[in-house]
Amino acid sequence: MSQMQRIKEELDQKAQSAYTKKATFGDDIDLESYHKTPGEAEYPKSLADLTPSQAEIVLSAGVDVKEKERWGTFLQMDHSVIHARSKKEGLEVMSTSEALKKYDWLWEYYWKAVAVDSDKYTAHAQLNPYHGYFIRALPGVKASFPIQACLFLKSGNLIQSVHNIIIAEEGSDLQIITGCATESFGSRGMHIGISEFFVKKNAKVTFTMVHNWHEDIVVRPRTGTIVEENGIFLSNYICLKRVKDIQMYPKAVLAGKNSLARYSSILYAHPGSRLDIGSRVNLQAENSRAEIIARAIAHNGTIIARGNLRGETAPIKAHLECRGLILGDKGNIYAIPELEGCCEGVDMSHEAAVGKIAKEEIEYLMARGLSAQEAQAAIVRGFLDVSIMGLPDVLKGQINKAIESCEKEAL
Amino acid sequence: MKEALLEIKDLCISIAGKEVISNFNLRIDRGQVMVLLGQNGSGKTSLIMAIMGFPSYQITRGDILFNGESILGFPIDQRAKLGIGALFQRPPTVRGVKLRQLINMTSRSRDFDLDKAAEELAMTDFLDRDLNLGFSGGEMKRSELLQLIAQEPQIVLLDEPESGVDLENVSSMGRIVNDFLKAKDRAALIITHTGYILDYVQADMGCVLSNMQLHCLKDPKKIIQDIRKYGYDKCLKCKG
Repeated sequence: MSQMQRIKEELDQKAQSAYTKKATFGDDIDLESYHKTPGEAEYPKSLADLTPSQAEIVLSAGVDVKEKERWGTFLQMDHSVIHARSKKEGLEVMSTSEALKKYDWLWEYYWKAVAVDSDKYTAHAQLNPYHGYFIRALPGVKASFPIQACLFLKSGNLIQSVHNIIIAEEGSDLQIITGCATESFGSRGMHIGISEFFVKKNAKVTFTMVHNWHEDIVVRPRTGTIVEENGIFLSNYICLKRVKDIQMYPKAVLAGKNSLARYSSILYAHPGSRLDIGSRVNLQAENSRAEIIARAIAHNGTIIARGNLRGETAPIKAHLECRGLILGDKGNIYAIPELEGCCEGVDMSHEAAVGKIAKEEIEYLMARGLSAQEAQAAIVRGFLDVSIMGLPDVLKGQINKAIESCEKEAL
Repeated sequence: MKEALLEIKDLCISIAGKEVISNFNLRIDRGQVMVLLGQNGSGKTSLIMAIMGFPSYQITRGDILFNGESILGFPIDQRAKLGIGALFQRPPTVRGVKLRQLINMTSRSRDFDLDKAAEELAMTDFLDRDLNLGFSGGEMKRSELLQLIAQEPQIVLLDEPESGVDLENVSSMGRIVNDFLKAKDRAALIITHTGYILDYVQADMGCVLSNMQLHCLKDPKKIIQDIRKYGYDKCLKCKG
């Protein structure tokens, strides 16, 4: 038996043992109630083959089928890879299954940032592997434009399970925009996405994820990141559209000196949506820094905004900030910030504030001539300000459109 | 005789059921600048908030007319659109809404040159900051004035425009207020404690609010002199 086969068998065994293991957080999902395969569905053969409405859907998640100002694209529909190509030397874009065939060494990374037996969802992804993307920047390659990836759920009643691996080799700079979206309007579906990031010495990854689901889609991403010396990991997450239930709690381990992780999230829970979303950072190396920033609007929906910072050595610096706004009588926000200081000399702080829009702010803007509705919209828009994320302009336009539609709904 | 722009008739104002202004009468004509003096807590700010239409300041009796028409039933924004503008003493912080963004939304004139006006008020660096977030007292007042100028009201209600503003900026603010008022024959109701602003703004009339009512309609500089000399106690006794 080859080394790779042995690794795979061990992983399969671990996954089998966790096949019914409930996750620590979030409602327990009955995976058996979904189809594992899509049956007979027709897929576009290339990016150019997407219907105008499909192109519009992926664009709203930040993925441009014309690849304007993009250095590569990965598109997967259900279990089928439609497109995987890099336009730039030194950047690799392919499906994870292909990458595992191409690179034996990749097995050393596989399930190293996320444990395969974390819960039933990681187990399902190992035992039902259907691609996902592999994106890698070779040493020293600096990206001027992002690589885009879209995981598209087309068929109803399906579980899409993908495993993504992202590697920024030493001294590289990688930007990724990833959009998850669905076409299965009105029918239920589930997405399980495993993502493992490896940020090597002096490398930088800027990862922006936009979720555009629908009200009957359940989502369970499982994400882990390992950052080496002087590495920078910036993760932006935007969820402004309707979704049934998302639970995720990505974790970064700052393993190298002077490394940095920053998670920024902008969340909008529509009526009936439940978002259980947080970020965790383990600061294991000297002078590592972490920041978690969340903006959450619960518009008659529920948001659980978690955050966990664990300072395992000193000196380190970490800050967690959550601001929540409740619109409507049935909105709920639970902000759960956690700080774990494990030794002397850690510098850790958090602040959390949840409330409704203050009456005096609305009245103040009205005194300048804005109507009550215009005043509320201006405040909501300001609250969802994505400028903190430093996004590329192309993506800002799409996000602003999504924010506008949230404003309209909120009024 | 000039036409009345703002008329307040037998006005009673209550906050949470407690009366703060009683049977108050005031008339401000187009182009007239009126100075309102009074001790802390005498109800000056309440008067401005009630004219502007803030719902916490309940009008229990009387009327407020603007251009001869009652505005009592009008919400705040409608009063602003009619041409009533206020400079607030303690404006709230509005996170996420930038000063520039608000002014672009509320500016009434196409000719308004925001960058030039901001430069004159030393507010250029604040245009892209959240409204009042981390502003000093003086910066808040200058920001308020900038917003007010963009709004182009017919009457401005200034609630202690110079408080918290350093001496150097009081003169530039005062001159800007004066030019703004004179340019289009605007009227003003100015609340001041120190009277510094009157070195730059030509005020026509002054009055004192005490015991919930108005007294002593005369030259505002003279009133300030008297108050400095005798204190507000004399106003209470004199009731001129």
